[in-house]
Amino acid sequence: MKRRRRDAVLALVMLGPSAVILVAFVLYPLARAVWLGRQRCDARAQNCRTNGFRQYVDVVQSREFQHSLWVTVKFALLTVPVGVALGLGLAVLADRHLRGVGFFRTVFSSTVATSVAVASLMWLFLLQPSRGVLANIGWLNQLAPVIKRPGLLNDAGTALSGVALSSVWANLGFTFIVVTAGLQSIPRELHESAYVDGAGPWRRFTNVTVPMLSPTLVFVGVVLTSRAFQAYGEIDLLTKGGPVPQDSTSTLTYLIYGSTSIARSDAGLQSTVAVLLFVVLLVLSVVQLRGLERRVHYGN
Amino acid sequence: MATSTARRTSRAHTSIGIDHVPRGWRMVGRYVVLGVVAFLVLFPVYTTVIAALKPGSKVLDHPLLPGSFTLQVFRDAWTEGRLGRYLWNSTVVAVVVTTCQLVTSLISAYAFAFLRFPLKTFFFGLFLATLLVPIETTLVINRRTVDSLGWLNSYQGLAVPFLATAFGTFLMRQVFLQIPKELREAGQMDGLGHWGFLTEVAIPLVRPTLGALALFSFLSSWNQYLWPNLITTEENMNTVQTGLRLLNASVPDIERFNVPIAGTVIAALPIAIVLMVFQRQLVRGLTAGAVKG
Repeated sequence: MKRRRRDAVLALVMLGPSAVILVAFVLYPLARAVWLGRQRCDARAQNCRTNGFRQYVDVVQSREFQHSLWVTVKFALLTVPVGVALGLGLAVLADRHLRGVGFFRTVFSSTVATSVAVASLMWLFLLQPSRGVLANIGWLNQLAPVIKRPGLLNDAGTALSGVALSSVWANLGFTFIVVTAGLQSIPRELHESAYVDGAGPWRRFTNVTVPMLSPTLVFVGVVLTSRAFQAYGEIDLLTKGGPVPQDSTSTLTYLIYGSTSIARSDAGLQSTVAVLLFVVLLVLSVVQLRGLERRVHYGN
Repeated sequence: MATSTARRTSRAHTSIGIDHVPRGWRMVGRYVVLGVVAFLVLFPVYTTVIAALKPGSKVLDHPLLPGSFTLQVFRDAWTEGRLGRYLWNSTVVAVVVTTCQLVTSLISAYAFAFLRFPLKTFFFGLFLATLLVPIETTLVINRRTVDSLGWLNSYQGLAVPFLATAFGTFLMRQVFLQIPKELREAGQMDGLGHWGFLTEVAIPLVRPTLGALALFSFLSSWNQYLWPNLITTEENMNTVQTGLRLLNASVPDIERFNVPIAGTVIAALPIAIVLMVFQRQLVRGLTAGAVKG
């Protein structure tokens, strides 16, 4: 009895620091944002007048929100499948017994060292229409004149793809590392028995590698999706949500925080969109978990 | 997820030939493919470095080839971008955040793994629930909190909201639970209290995971972009990431347009070196769950 009480006191002490931080900087702001999201306020969150929970409905129905949501979904569609496929391709390519393959593994993992600011500025430099490197490669311009004029990031039709390019590249190191670890954990016997049964390399890839790798690929896909839905730095640095007036790269996060975004000057509206972003991600993870349970082959 | 088995799996060549080493032209072919792909992956880094090593007016002469070598652009980027100061700021914040995250994760994980107290499952669920909340949802309010504490433009403001992590707690609890009960009982026989057991038995046992968590925390803190942007208005208190943004926005004249490019290279170097040194922790950390990435 005495010990139990001592344990409880000790638990309080040990959980205290984490609990204080998580309550003050995760749970409280979440609750507060839900509350503030009912209001229109000035940028300092003062002079609020309440619209009640109708404000959420209004925002969901607004053109700006729907546009941002659609841009975000497009951004995920542009980055996630390509990102997973490239990571898988690189990992399989470097999973061979060749002398010096370690060097190539280091190269393929290298982009994990770039922060969003570093990666975005490198691509900004590459993609600049006049002084950028890509705009000054002759044959590439013949192939895709948009790179020179008006520039991949300045054309409403291609800007999001330009941002996606930078993002896929920046995430490549992460995907490569995780998929490589997954590849190495596939038991050799599976490959061997498939080989003995006469399966060629392609059959072994589709019938052994991919099914055994599916938990890893789903994991990578989930992480990349949540990153896509939370992308901010690359938008801020590469396009500022533009080009205007189409706002072709104004994602949900940019709608909340972007320096040129309309919600930026209204803490109430910012909160509304921030809470809706949470809801969207929540729905997304429920859907993904459902799919995960059904589809994935976990072995034993 | 996969690392523990990764090292155990033997990759030795076997006689049955599913991984026979290709010879002759097929081997050359593989190297060519690997080489081309490696070149494409490194292309942005390569052109960036090449461009930063030339005077601005010469960058576009042959954009893909080195030439007219100079280090002046790097010097300019270092001083104009105030990168020394910003690297220091980022380091202070990342070290504080990492250290505190390790401590808070360890002790709260210990409580969840080894102590008996009322409502344990509920509290653990609450911890996990915080993982579902994206940082972008909370920062609007956190900015106000930090503002009312007078912490705009300060190290406290940059670090305090991130001193604890449910992810770290969850991760460390998982490895604590794998410690055999017998060890805990043996410790009690030897008169080890909870604190002694934590520092002398448990922590040494979980050191690899702790290392992975440390690297993961450090990187996450170092790479923060949105938060420092929201609470920094004084030039002095920028981190490397927001500093790069400023340097890029300062738009030097056309002759020196590659100054921000050199700044980007400088900013990328420390992390590249850290990752070279801690490769193993990186793989472990990323596979354990970059869920909060």
